[in-house]
Amino acid sequence: MHEKAQDLATAFLAGRIGRRDLARRLAGLGLALGSAETLLNAAATGALAADFDWKKHQGTQLKVLLNKHPYADALIADLANFKTLTGMEVTYDIFPEDVYFDKVTAALSSHATQYDVFMTGAYQTWQYGPAGWLVDFNEYLKDPAKTAATYNWDDILPNLRASTAWSGKPGAELGGPGAHQWAVPWGFELNNLSYNQTIFDKLKLSPPRNMEELMAVAAKITKDAGGPYGIGVRGSRSWATIHPGFLSAYSNYGQRDFTMADGRLRAAMNTPESKAFHKLWVQMIQESGPKNWATYTWYQVGTDLGAGASGMIYDADILGYFMNGGDNRERGHLAYAPFAANPAAKGPTSNVWIWSLAMSNFSKQKDAGWTFIQWASGTDHLFYGARKSDVVNPVRNSVWQDAEFKERIAKSYPGYLNQYEKTAPDAKIYFTPQPLFFNLTTEWAASLQRMVAREVSVDEGLDKLADSVNRQLHQAGIG
Amino acid sequence: MSTTVIPTPAKAPARPLLPRLLPYLLSLPALIVCIGILVPFFTAAWYSLQRYNLAMPLNREFVWFGQYLDMLTDPDFWATVRVSAVYAVATVGLELLLGLGIALLLRERTRFNNIVSVALLLPLMTAPAIASLMWKLMTNPNFGVLSWLVALFGVHDFRWASAPSSAMFTVVLVDIWVYTPFMMVLLLAGLRSLPQQPFEAARLDGVAGHFVFFRITLPMLAPYIVTATLFRMLDSMQQFDIVYAMTQGGPGDSLMLFQVRAYLDFFQYTNVGTSAALMIVLWALTYALSNVFIKQWLKLRERTHGAA
Repeated sequence: MHEKAQDLATAFLAGRIGRRDLARRLAGLGLALGSAETLLNAAATGALAADFDWKKHQGTQLKVLLNKHPYADALIADLANFKTLTGMEVTYDIFPEDVYFDKVTAALSSHATQYDVFMTGAYQTWQYGPAGWLVDFNEYLKDPAKTAATYNWDDILPNLRASTAWSGKPGAELGGPGAHQWAVPWGFELNNLSYNQTIFDKLKLSPPRNMEELMAVAAKITKDAGGPYGIGVRGSRSWATIHPGFLSAYSNYGQRDFTMADGRLRAAMNTPESKAFHKLWVQMIQESGPKNWATYTWYQVGTDLGAGASGMIYDADILGYFMNGGDNRERGHLAYAPFAANPAAKGPTSNVWIWSLAMSNFSKQKDAGWTFIQWASGTDHLFYGARKSDVVNPVRNSVWQDAEFKERIAKSYPGYLNQYEKTAPDAKIYFTPQPLFFNLTTEWAASLQRMVAREVSVDEGLDKLADSVNRQLHQAGIG
Repeated sequence: MSTTVIPTPAKAPARPLLPRLLPYLLSLPALIVCIGILVPFFTAAWYSLQRYNLAMPLNREFVWFGQYLDMLTDPDFWATVRVSAVYAVATVGLELLLGLGIALLLRERTRFNNIVSVALLLPLMTAPAIASLMWKLMTNPNFGVLSWLVALFGVHDFRWASAPSSAMFTVVLVDIWVYTPFMMVLLLAGLRSLPQQPFEAARLDGVAGHFVFFRITLPMLAPYIVTATLFRMLDSMQQFDIVYAMTQGGPGDSLMLFQVRAYLDFFQYTNVGTSAALMIVLWALTYALSNVFIKQWLKLRERTHGAA
């Protein structure tokens, strides 16, 4: 019976029979569809193994450093299949995000050989890459002996591939000439609106489409919703305050963080247009943001939405996704909408956060590490993550086109697919890559805090920020 | 001619190896610990003389005291000095007053006092970062119990750590909650160990309570006060966890203490040179402070012993 079930699973994966047919025939064999998942994964693993020597590093033990995240949970849940496919052992350390990047920095800066592969964000590669701590995956991607033909690198969304590649030259275009592929995209976040449908229905509101509407709707919620405040955005003294909604809206007005002239970077945060945008953003927080906005990280932004303490958030779409489930009070009441701050813009310009996989240059088993990354960012695992786990948003176009995945999302997350489809074409990293990213962007957040607290006017605050940024760029020899 | 035979001294029997080596063996752990401390210290001092950002390895250069000189003209550095000083003076001053007050109340060895003094140590058992998270919740303007309490007194919309004007007050409050028991327990131990004769003599003479406190208790307790103050002052100058967990040094730069700035410089900005220079300056400040306090402590101990 087992062989027959395996044949059916193989036929399903090869597209010779449909899902309904598979269920019917498995039932005939006395198997429920749910219990056949393992079989399907195993069959898929077998299919993968057909064209590439996945067992080349059999017996190798890899050590992976992970951040506590649903993507990591999906990876851990699927590790048995990796082991079956390759014969490799994977052990991992997993840390909460608060301390995760400290751990990565400490491990890499000490040139430790302890970890082979680790999770990273694209911005972090702007530090780790030029420091010589990361492996450039270009040589692996071009080598058919090391990369399976089925890996299909081009299936990964092009903007994400480009956003994780940089030449290391301050101000050079991401994914441009001479770019090193220092990380492989794994999962990403778009920044759009997630809102409480119940509150919107009660107040007869529609999702705002631009900054002016956003401010009006947020003010209306704060005034009339009877408790919840209007709009949740991040505000802590961290670069992470700038990168989600703020930079997405800022970029939508055509504004940049830096300009480049004669190979030198210059701060561009104090142009008249930038000042006008900052004024709107500051006013929105003062009127309709959380009272203790200056301490808000993604965690507070998300939990407030999930608890019904805010009417909407302008943050990562997956944050809104996770707040619509679990034990959250507002689960099942949230909806999603694309957002373009500038009424004159042709569409949203979401800055993206990309959870990626990178390899330590100090790893003693790089080829084995690449085999793991290939599998983890490959179609098979990402299909598993998207269908059976919470790998939203997958980085592969083929997974986004998967009917089962789409059906699952459309059923419980109204507007989620629409916001993705409207936003994805122009979603990328809008920051200018440069090695001082974290200090200068954190300083930007600190300036924003002073403006919101009315310690300094927007005009004065941005002029001071630009002066300080230019001074630091000059000291570093890049401005 | 007579010859004098000088007896050759008898050769001392050779001592066994172990007793000869014992002093060196006993001092070996201390030596290893010393090396363990000094190697990172000198490494940090070495890095502080370089412009060294891990993300810009090609720009690494030796600048001697350039970074220290840059600090002197950097308003952000002076803001850090000011904020660190305000934080240290406010926390240590208030904790000393409160700790002393509580210690005086619990001075008598009664069962009630013993139970209360143990119960009061509980905040000290809480990790400061956890205490900060608790206080973050309690001071949440939307649902925090402390926000609700101050609202009862007509203070609505108090922003606690999220407003620059009240951020210092809030973190000082958390520090006081965590560390006052430390002051209290040291001073209580001091109070209970003071000789009783001067107090009995004062009681027999009918000396007024405030006179006893200012002329007998306080001078005799001074070495304990100086010790407790020294420990807390050094700790406050090096404060990190409470402030970082509550505000990450914000809003703006309003709580940018030495350790917070140095941590951000290294772990987030990978700027090894400036981080090391800040740490060396902090070391120099705490070293100078320790010297002042220890000299004061020795003087007071001499005076107390002399008086006794």
